[in-house]
Amino acid sequence: MGRALKITRRVLLLGSAAVAGGVVFGYWRYKTPHDNPLLENPQAGEAVLTPYVRIDAAGVTIITPRAEMGQGVHTTLAAMVAEELDIGLDSVRVEHGPASKAYFNAAIFEEAVPFAATDLSPVAERVRGVTRVPAKFLGMQLTGGSSSTPDAFVKMRKAGAAARDVLLTAAAEALGADKASLRTESGTVVSPDGQTRSYASLAPLAAGITVPRDPELKPRSEWKLLGRSQPRVDMLPKCTGTAEFSIDVRLENMLYATVRRNPRLGGGMRGFDDSAARSMTGVKDVVPLADGVAVVASNTWYALQAARAMSIDWEPAAYPEDIEQHFLAVLSAFEGDYDSRFHDEGNVDAALIEGADLEGEYRAPYLAHATMEPVNAVAWWRDGELDIWAGNQAPTQAVKDAAALADIDEDKVRVHTTYLGGGFGRRAEMDFIKTAVAVALANEGIPVKTTWSREEDMTHDAYRPLAVARFRAKLDEEAASALDLSLAAPSVFESQFSRLDMPTMGPDISIVQSAWDQPYGIPNHRVTGYRAPVMLPVSSWRSVGASQNGFFHESIVDELAHAAGKDPLDFRLEMLTDEVSRGVIEAVATLSDWGAPLSPGRGKGMAFVLSFGVPTAEVVEVVDTPNGIRVLNVWAAVDVGTALDPKNIEAQLQSGINFGLSAAIMSEITLSNAEIEQSNFHNYDALRLAQAPNIEVQVLENGHRIRGIGEPGTPPAAPALGNAIFAATGQRIRELPFKRHVRFDLAS
Amino acid sequence: MKLKVNGRDHEVDVDGSMPLLWALRDELGITGPKYGCGIAMCGACTVHVDGRAVRSCVLPVASVQGEVTTIEGLGTPESLHAVQAAWVEEQVAQCGYCQPGQIMSAAALLAGTPSPSDAEIDRALSGNLCRCGTYPRIRAAVHSAAARLREE
Repeated sequence: MGRALKITRRVLLLGSAAVAGGVVFGYWRYKTPHDNPLLENPQAGEAVLTPYVRIDAAGVTIITPRAEMGQGVHTTLAAMVAEELDIGLDSVRVEHGPASKAYFNAAIFEEAVPFAATDLSPVAERVRGVTRVPAKFLGMQLTGGSSSTPDAFVKMRKAGAAARDVLLTAAAEALGADKASLRTESGTVVSPDGQTRSYASLAPLAAGITVPRDPELKPRSEWKLLGRSQPRVDMLPKCTGTAEFSIDVRLENMLYATVRRNPRLGGGMRGFDDSAARSMTGVKDVVPLADGVAVVASNTWYALQAARAMSIDWEPAAYPEDIEQHFLAVLSAFEGDYDSRFHDEGNVDAALIEGADLEGEYRAPYLAHATMEPVNAVAWWRDGELDIWAGNQAPTQAVKDAAALADIDEDKVRVHTTYLGGGFGRRAEMDFIKTAVAVALANEGIPVKTTWSREEDMTHDAYRPLAVARFRAKLDEEAASALDLSLAAPSVFESQFSRLDMPTMGPDISIVQSAWDQPYGIPNHRVTGYRAPVMLPVSSWRSVGASQNGFFHESIVDELAHAAGKDPLDFRLEMLTDEVSRGVIEAVATLSDWGAPLSPGRGKGMAFVLSFGVPTAEVVEVVDTPNGIRVLNVWAAVDVGTALDPKNIEAQLQSGINFGLSAAIMSEITLSNAEIEQSNFHNYDALRLAQAPNIEVQVLENGHRIRGIGEPGTPPAAPALGNAIFAATGQRIRELPFKRHVRFDLAS
Repeated sequence: MKLKVNGRDHEVDVDGSMPLLWALRDELGITGPKYGCGIAMCGACTVHVDGRAVRSCVLPVASVQGEVTTIEGLGTPESLHAVQAAWVEEQVAQCGYCQPGQIMSAAALLAGTPSPSDAEIDRALSGNLCRCGTYPRIRAAVHSAAARLREE
């Protein structure tokens, strides 16, 4: 941890600045001064401040510049500041704040280095530190990669500690007291004789006081908020219908729009007939887009009806027409040059020269994100400036894309990030913001909310890529002596970066993510990635490459264990090379009472996946009933290094597991005539309450650094379920979704 | 057209085939009920009509007979309904988008079935989809809300 921290300290310097009626605390940045979003007139060329805390007459506001998409990030980030500031979370305001490159995510690229998370060698640590440089240079304010907590853990606590130190100095002046005799408590400074000064009252004085360069952080033993479950700051609004998602934004004289775009993704539009649509109730305008139309109306319903009534002449798609052809394109990637080979231990070719004991092929389908809130945004174009309200995971990218569309400077665009009705990677895409901006540009002066129908949302996603795995393995006296694993998929990096107008260089590590770097010692072991052409647009889907590779890899490990005649738990423990990982596997074995006799028809399956630096072990228990398979129980153990909010970590695991199980059981995106066949929740469903298993979670803290937990719960769910189905029925399923091969009891 | 929502009378001038959801959201500015699917498959739009849970995304506004209650009318941040209080206590919500619908379905269930079994909870709430997978806490919160309501 030391090296990365030193690099952070060199480029970030704590500071404060006066604002109307108060003071903001954050970091000065000298080398690449990104604009400070909260200071109105920073002097040209001067260093600027990235604020995390604002204290004024209204009290304390904490800026949590990451997307709140359900993962509880606003609560955990605010708790980091509040902990050091000695103030309760119920006494602060928490704001996402404006888009700013200064809120870049320094930890976002750490997962993309060709070093396993278990590799703590000086070279690996050096390279991880270096990834912070492009992260800063690009200034990407991005929520993803389970990186928000590790990115913020030091910088946000330091901001809180610096603010507290300055408030103590201010109070010492105000009270004529010795600073060392003062203490802080619940948002006030308290003197030995019991006088108190609220932080708000000290703010004007605090604005002129020098901020300590490197304030001390509380030792963990003194934490009052961190390490303990906090009530979420967004819970009350979300349980009373008062939380504002972008679909809820209301502005005076606002109009409502929807889009209808080419069902053959990427294809253009030859022409359209809007005569019927224009005469329909409530319709105000029809806006042509490059690949479709937007209808603007006085009510979203009228817009939806009119968009459906349009007749449009579509251009064809550039990709193959049906899903089998897409799989063939992926399979043909195995015939070409490989994209990556980050792991090549021993001599796999020699070990397998006399043939494999076990070989096979696995498949995973395209998947949609299907967030509960269909994608939407409000945009308002007036006086050469744009205001955008959108639940989104990449505000600085939204600014960039909107400015380009409107042909204005980026400082004329303001992005207001609301709560997200689900993200899972979908809202790191900018397509829904661009359509809203295009509609606004055609309706100058009028705020317009552009909401995609569920059908448009599902058929115009950037999908989790389909993927194929091939393996050949050799067993030697109850252990794996050779494993040759080849993985092929369209490149998420290539597809995603092309939409960001950024080049991709080198191999796409997501193709082999959580397959090449697992802490198993196999003497002859090779993991090779093959890049298939991008056909449908593909993107990050909760846990990215680990979402399919966890299934491939851990199903294969289970196959090997059974072929070797070993218990899957013992088989893993004997291969394991990492003690932190051993801890979670042993914990989940105890939690699930692994090895205990099961009643007839029941089966337990285990899976272990190290993703985003988090070793995660899950056990699924199923029962085979006359109505089909039912998932009864899931046990999970994870190690996040430092657990800041145990109840929220539990929630993220419950979420990640149900998300992974839903996809594994029933989800796939397929094509026919180049059109997506799934359009709504009747044919792209997810687990319902009646089908959702009991879930028990244990959180460990043996890892060497703090980790994020939004994604790691998902990858082990599919293989643990597949391995449980094998244990219960003897049927090995090598293709997702499982419902293609086995019946599930999905009755409510 | 006249609509009584959360105890207040409203006049809406819309096509009678417009689903209640869009009259509430875009005409009256009542945004607690959410658009999720438009085909009664996800439950995010659930409101009460005379106490009964209905999917407002497929209910034509002209056919609404009775008083409409939305999440905003069930309880407020200052004065929570027992179901909302249980939801807060159990820390159910994640992204939160489906929760107004979940809560309205649960409140309608408990109004008629004060001590529901797990099977009854399953039947009443399985029309409400949650992509964040908050189901374990939803189940706990329904039981907790039932206990609260029995004490009231």
